[in-house]
Amino acid sequence: MSALSISDLRVEFSGSQILKGVSFDVRANSVTALLGRNGVGKSSTLKAILGIYPHAGKIELGGEDISREQTYRIVQKGIGYIPEDREIFASLSVKENLSLAELDDAPNYELAYSLFPELKERANQRAGTLSGGQQQMVAIARALLNKSQILLVDEPTKGLAPRLVTEVADALASVAIKTTMLIVEQNLALVRRIAKDIVVMDQGTVVFSGGIENLNDDDFVHRHLGVSVKGH
Amino acid sequence: MDTFILIGITGIGLGALYFLVACGLSLIYGLMGVLNFAHGAFLSVGAFAGYWFAVKLFPVTTNLSFALSIIVGGIAGGLFALLVEQLVIKRLYNRHIDQALVTVGVSLVAAAMLGGWFGHDPLLLPTPIWWYNAIQIGDAFIPVDRLLYIGVSLIMLILFVVILRFTRIGLVIRAGVENRTMVQALGINVKLAFSTVFFLGGLAAGIGGVLIAGYSGGVSPYFSGTWLIYGFIVVVVGGMGSLGGSALAALLIGISRQYVNYYAPGLGDFVVVILLALVLIFRPQGLLGKVSH
Repeated sequence: MSALSISDLRVEFSGSQILKGVSFDVRANSVTALLGRNGVGKSSTLKAILGIYPHAGKIELGGEDISREQTYRIVQKGIGYIPEDREIFASLSVKENLSLAELDDAPNYELAYSLFPELKERANQRAGTLSGGQQQMVAIARALLNKSQILLVDEPTKGLAPRLVTEVADALASVAIKTTMLIVEQNLALVRRIAKDIVVMDQGTVVFSGGIENLNDDDFVHRHLGVSVKGH
Repeated sequence: MDTFILIGITGIGLGALYFLVACGLSLIYGLMGVLNFAHGAFLSVGAFAGYWFAVKLFPVTTNLSFALSIIVGGIAGGLFALLVEQLVIKRLYNRHIDQALVTVGVSLVAAAMLGGWFGHDPLLLPTPIWWYNAIQIGDAFIPVDRLLYIGVSLIMLILFVVILRFTRIGLVIRAGVENRTMVQALGINVKLAFSTVFFLGGLAAGIGGVLIAGYSGGVSPYFSGTWLIYGFIVVVVGGMGSLGGSALAALLIGISRQYVNYYAPGLGDFVVVILLALVLIFRPQGLLGKVSH
């Protein structure tokens, strides 16, 4: 069964087509990785799903059409979002960043703090003074406070030091066991670790969708992603 | 020395009035990026509502009637601001030129309507007998009304700080100033925060309008024009979206204008413009504003 179904999704800015009819499904209780070279429309797809970018086409969340809903209503219906570049609120404390994200009556701080105990210790620190890795922890933690039908995760390890990549990857792997996730990620090692399905995009369209085993094919990876399996 | 103290405190009183005008402007621009030239109309509507309430319902002015007219002016300013936001500005987010044109239009229409209703001559706001009294501080005799401006502005500053620091809607407003899109991506209806800010801005402007009507000797449809210009200067000097910056800039401008006007008559406004120019050149984000990226 599909947790999220995208049909003919199109996004256009100033006459330039960013997405040209993207269609794919995300299976429930599974992790789907959205892959492709830089600039092919992966992040735009996530933003269109969230209603941040104006779009045409159909988006169904658990069978319900959310195509015309406003962003905050879409999130309230059960989509969690971990944005590219963290987008935490720099002038607010860690505690305030998390409490802002509370939608449920009983937000799951236990899960957030068990994955990132450091955040509890830094609750009163201004988020803008955290390191990049710690800011990413805040971004992930706030998406985990509420029960979501699906998590949209945009390049969670981008720009992080190798040690932090491992920490963030461990956290996402632990979350992936129980959560449906659509993840945009360049780090193929992380993708192989947590994803079951892949969707490959090129120039605003989907050029392949299938199982994670395809990422073991050097020719496939080189052709679609421009890298070598051995390099990842 | 008594003159120095007198000018200092009257300067703080003038700054307090500037703050009431500017705080709403600053928050509205900081959160929503709306260049709101209709803010002067919020001031006028509040002043006229306070005047109407005081004149029509209380033949004899008492402390209670005056206090109520300030509150009524504030509520009228807040509700009018909410109306403008819902009917006009809501449809024009991110369209800055349209916002400027439409809000200028709203201010002209509001002034014309108020003129049609109340006439164009200044109307004297009934004030209590103590309004023209002075109290002695050291050797200086300070007009009581200036202390009232300072007290009311402090109350509004505290109210705004409490709302912004200790309430959920305040948290949303502070986050929205930084990144509106992300606030919505957390499942929060940021428009509710927008409306709240408009109401609060109108509330402060409405209260300011009643007090300014008392300070300037009367209320007329176009009396808010000069005050709005000073409000914008305070916002730019203090930093867009910074409440503390607005308070600091309002004090700085009020005090410096008073001192310069006393020691170099007629140059008070000139000094304010010099201050504005210095801030724009050396600290364009304002005294307590953040650098935008």
